[in-house]
Amino acid sequence: MHANDVKMNLEEVIEDTRDFLSEEFEVDRDLILPENNLKDTLDLDSLDYVDLVVLIEENLNIKLTGEDFKEIQTFGDFYQLVRKKLSL
Amino acid sequence: MDHRVVITGIGIYSCLGENLDEVAKSLYAGKSGIIFDQVRKDFGFRSALTGMVQEPDLKAHLSRRQRLGMHQPAIYAYMATREALEVSGLDLDFLEKSETGIIYGNDSTAASVMEAVDKAREKQDTTLIGSGAIFQNMNSTVNMNLSTIFKLKGINFTLSAACASGSHSIGMGYLMIKQGLQDRVICGGAQEINAAAMASFDGLGTFSMRESEPTKASRPFDRDRDGLIPSGGAATVILESYEAAVKRGAPILAELIGYGFSSNGDHISNPSIEGQIRSLQMALKQAEISTKDVDYINAHATSTPVGDGSEARAIFEVFGGNVPVSSTKSMTGHECWMAGASEIVYSLLMMQGSFIAPNINFENPDEDSARINIISDTKEQYINCFLSNSFGFGGTNSTLIIKRV
Repeated sequence: MHANDVKMNLEEVIEDTRDFLSEEFEVDRDLILPENNLKDTLDLDSLDYVDLVVLIEENLNIKLTGEDFKEIQTFGDFYQLVRKKLSL
Repeated sequence: MDHRVVITGIGIYSCLGENLDEVAKSLYAGKSGIIFDQVRKDFGFRSALTGMVQEPDLKAHLSRRQRLGMHQPAIYAYMATREALEVSGLDLDFLEKSETGIIYGNDSTAASVMEAVDKAREKQDTTLIGSGAIFQNMNSTVNMNLSTIFKLKGINFTLSAACASGSHSIGMGYLMIKQGLQDRVICGGAQEINAAAMASFDGLGTFSMRESEPTKASRPFDRDRDGLIPSGGAATVILESYEAAVKRGAPILAELIGYGFSSNGDHISNPSIEGQIRSLQMALKQAEISTKDVDYINAHATSTPVGDGSEARAIFEVFGGNVPVSSTKSMTGHECWMAGASEIVYSLLMMQGSFIAPNINFENPDEDSARINIISDTKEQYINCFLSNSFGFGGTNSTLIIKRV
């Protein structure tokens, strides 16, 4: 289900995001916390950012670009960007 | 100085079994790996027959990043290569510190290309194809994935030569080692099993229509053969210089003593007896043996009316009618890009078990096959030396000769 199909609140988006990121990047869901660094926690290399864009499009129906990630350090930053894009 | 080239490891993942033990049992039992695949019928195939092996889940073995760039050819090749490395006693630590090469046969990545293009069309955005597709889609997918996974530091490329790809890959590895350029090369062949890969081949009308009897459909050399059956998986053969093998105490399974090759320079799909004979004679000359030294021929014969007849005539012309011949494609179907490598593995298993696997479904000879000695039932026989033929579209021919050490 996409976030835009049925309006989700930010909490639901966060929980959903923890699910799909932990599954795809094979990391402990409990490490996906707002204060943690996104790149380090998910162990992302340059290729992984492409897959991150794909995952976000598939799960949240938001198309992000490389530019969007320049502002993101933590998962909290990411959730703020999602909030803005989805007008939550 | 020329170096002797020995085989120190083999691995197999095919419709006859997912490892060497299973495959050896199937070969001895004359078991067919051919099924009817409804997916192909629904797709619009003339013939829904195919060899089939399940796609393994590599999650327990490889990281997400390692798996992302792999589609069927690389996945199957990984399974076969894992087994071959184990047989050979090679581990990651040794591979990382030594110079081991890889020359692997592959000639398509159709399903992964189709999936990527479909995704881009649907999304109208190439980023959304994902990061793994490019490494799945290139024809060199097998060697780029395996060289990364196994930390290989030597020669590294894919060999594409249609249905002779696997055989030529072993031939190229042989030349590298013989000339002293490499101590050790991982060779082999991979073949994807899916509708995308075989649709255009099916369209030529060359596949068997005996859909009501899948296990009877592949019948090389038989009078009533009506076409080939596609198949796939992967086979790996590790070549090593004799000195390097002895130095590390590796098991020496056999020695590769001859590699012959030729190009027909004629029709794009029709075989040429003259071209096949040149390949056979070149391999024999290089091996410095006579025809009577060959105990068994693993034929290329795919079960097509024209192809099998010309190979039978070429074998008769060079060897006469006594040497035992069988086509393991009667059980596997045509493993295409993989076949030249898998048939070396199958023949080595026969050498190890002292038997000749049967050319199943050979019930009635035709004029050509009646002149050669086709083994239709499993035969107990000591094999000191065997020869394997592979012929491909574009008129590319390859012959390998292997003997005990």
